[in-house]
Amino acid sequence: MPTAQSSLPVLPPMGSRAPDITFKWAAFAAALAILALIALVGFELYHGARLSIAKFGPGFLVSSEWDPVSDRYGALPFIFGTLVSSVLALLLAVPLGVAAALFLTELAPFRIRQPIVTVIEMLASVPSVIFGLWGIFVLVPWLRDHLFVWLKHTLGFLPLFQGPIYGVSMLAGGIIVAIMILPIVTSISREILRSVPGLQREAAYALGATRWEVIRIAVLSYARRGLFGAAVLGLGRALGETMAVTMVIGNRPEISASLFAPGYTLASVIANEFTEATSDLYLNALFELGLVLFAVTILINIAAQMMLRSMGSGGVSKVH
Amino acid sequence: MKNTLLAIVFGLAASSGANAQLLINGAGATFPAPIYQKWFDEYTKIDPTVQFNYQPIGSGGGQKQILAETVDFGASDGPMSDANLAKAPRPIWHIPTVAGAVVISYNLPGDPAIRLDGPTLAAIYLGQVTKWNDPAIAGQNPGVTLPDQDILVVHRSDGSGTSYIFTDYLSHVSPDWKAKVGKGVSVSWPAGLGGKGNAGVAGQVKQSPGAIGYVELAYAHQNKLPFAALKNAAGNYVEASIDSVVAAMATATIPDDFRFSMVNAPGDAAYPISGATWLLVYSEQKDPAKGQKLVQFLKWAYTDGEKLAAALDYAPLPAAVQQRALDRVNSIKY
Repeated sequence: MPTAQSSLPVLPPMGSRAPDITFKWAAFAAALAILALIALVGFELYHGARLSIAKFGPGFLVSSEWDPVSDRYGALPFIFGTLVSSVLALLLAVPLGVAAALFLTELAPFRIRQPIVTVIEMLASVPSVIFGLWGIFVLVPWLRDHLFVWLKHTLGFLPLFQGPIYGVSMLAGGIIVAIMILPIVTSISREILRSVPGLQREAAYALGATRWEVIRIAVLSYARRGLFGAAVLGLGRALGETMAVTMVIGNRPEISASLFAPGYTLASVIANEFTEATSDLYLNALFELGLVLFAVTILINIAAQMMLRSMGSGGVSKVH
Repeated sequence: MKNTLLAIVFGLAASSGANAQLLINGAGATFPAPIYQKWFDEYTKIDPTVQFNYQPIGSGGGQKQILAETVDFGASDGPMSDANLAKAPRPIWHIPTVAGAVVISYNLPGDPAIRLDGPTLAAIYLGQVTKWNDPAIAGQNPGVTLPDQDILVVHRSDGSGTSYIFTDYLSHVSPDWKAKVGKGVSVSWPAGLGGKGNAGVAGQVKQSPGAIGYVELAYAHQNKLPFAALKNAAGNYVEASIDSVVAAMATATIPDDFRFSMVNAPGDAAYPISGATWLLVYSEQKDPAKGQKLVQFLKWAYTDGEKLAAALDYAPLPAAVQQRALDRVNSIKY
C-alpha cells in the first residue's frame, strides 16, 4: 500500500502502540455512540408512550379505532397504510431505477450520461412538500381522470382496482413515494453497476453472448446483492416519507382491499395530529405510533439483512 | 477573517446590551399567528424596549409550554380542559383576542350560491345525505338546479382549531353527531377524505367535482372560494363575514373564565360557525419586569390592537367583551 509507505517516516518509534490503542477506542466509542443513540430513541419513544402501552397493551397493534374524542386508539390502519404504500413505491421504483441505472452504465452514449445523472440527482433534492403540492394539483387530477379510469376499465375485475375513484388514494400515495425514492434507487444502482469489473463483461462477450445476455449474466447477476441493498435503502426512505404522502393519500384510517381507497400512514398521522394533541393519552398514543414505526423499520432492515445473507456472496461463481 | 467575525459577534452583543431589550416569549395556535405578528411589529414601534418571539407551533404545544412555564404566554384556538388546567402551578387565565369563522365551501357546476342548515350539514358529514339533489338540500335551495351527483366530503386531516369549531357546531345542532362523533381538534370522521391544512382541504374541493369542505373564512376570502350561507339559531340564512362573526360573539354567552363557545349564537345576524382564539397567561407573573411589559402590551392590544384585526380578516371583539378582557388584563399581578 503506497499510502502506508509514505506515512512511515512520521510513525512513532517501534513498540509504541499508543496511537493504535487510541484509534481503536475512539472508533469503538463512535460505534457505541450510534448504538446508544438508537437505544435512546427507542427508550424515549417507549417512555413517551407508556400510558398508552399500559392502557391498550398489544391490542393497540390490532385495533382499527382512532378516536381522539373518546380517547380510544389503535394502530392497525396506519401500519397497513405504511406497508402498502411503501411496497407499492418499491414495486414501481425498483424496476424503473435499476433499468435507468443499466441504461446509464451499459447503453447510453458517454456524452449524455453525465447530464442525465445530474438531472436524477436534482430530483433527489426537491423538497418533499413540493412533491406533495405537485401531487395535489397535477398528479392526482391526472390519475383520477385518466390512469385510474383506465385501470378500473381494464383491471376492474381485481379487488385492487374497484370502488369509487377519488384521486387521492393509497395508489396515489405509492406513486408519489415511488417518484421520491427513484433518485436514490437509481443513483445507488448506478454505483453498484459501475463497480462490476469490466473483465466480467469482456469474458461474457468472449463467450459470444449478446448484449442482453451480457447484462443479464455478467452484470445483473454479479450485482444483485448490491441492487437488493439499493432497494432496501429506498424502502427505508419510503417508510418514513411524510409530507408528500400526507397530501395525496386521503388520510382516512381505513383498511381497504382497493388501491383507489384512501389510506393513512404512521408518519402522516403523527405529523398531522401531534401539534394539536392536548390530552395525555392522545399524545402517548401518537408516541406509540412512533415506536411502532421505529420497530417496523428495524424489523424490515433485519429481514433485509437476513435475505441478503441467504442470497449468498453472488459474484462470478454464481454465473451459470 | 476570524477577527472580523469576532468583531461582528462582539458588536452584536454590545448593541443588544445597550438596548437592554426585554424578550417576551410566546407559543401556540397557528390560526391567529398573522395578527399576533402584526401586533408585535406595531407595538415594538411604540415601545422599542420590548421584543416578542412568537412560535406558531399549534394549540397543543402552546398549552404544554405555558404549563411547563417555558414561555411567557401561550395561545390556543380551543379552551384548555379542566384536566390540563389542574396541572398548572398557578391559575392560568384565558383571554380571548380575536375570532374567526369557518365557512363551507363546495364545488358545483356553475358555482351556484347555496344555503344550508346545521342538521343537513351534520347529515352530510355523517355520510347520511350523499347526493347533492337530496331533498334535504334541495328543499332549502329553491330555484337552484342541484345535480344528481355524489357529495365528496372533505375534512382537515391535521389537528386544528378549525376542526374544533366545526365539530363543536355540529355537536350543537345535531344530537346524532354529538353521540357518534363529538367535538375535538381531531375526531374520528365517519365519512370523507382528509386534507392537510386549509390548503389541503381547499385543493381537494377545487379539484373534485361534487366536493364539500370547511375552511377558515380568511383563507376562503383570500383564495376567492365560494361558500354557503348558513341558517343560524334565529332561523336566518347568514353569510360569513367579519360583521356576522362580531354579531355572533356579541350575543354568545360568555362566562367569567372566558372559556366559551360561540357556535350557533342566538343573534339575528350571527354567523353560526365561528369561534374565538385565546391567550393563556398566568394570573400571577413570575418575573415582575416581564409581567409589567406583558400587561402593558395587552392593554395596548385590547384598545389599539383590535382595530388592526379586520384588515387581516379576523373579527375583533365586540366593545363589551373588549372591556371585560381589558379588566382581566388589569388584574394580572406582577
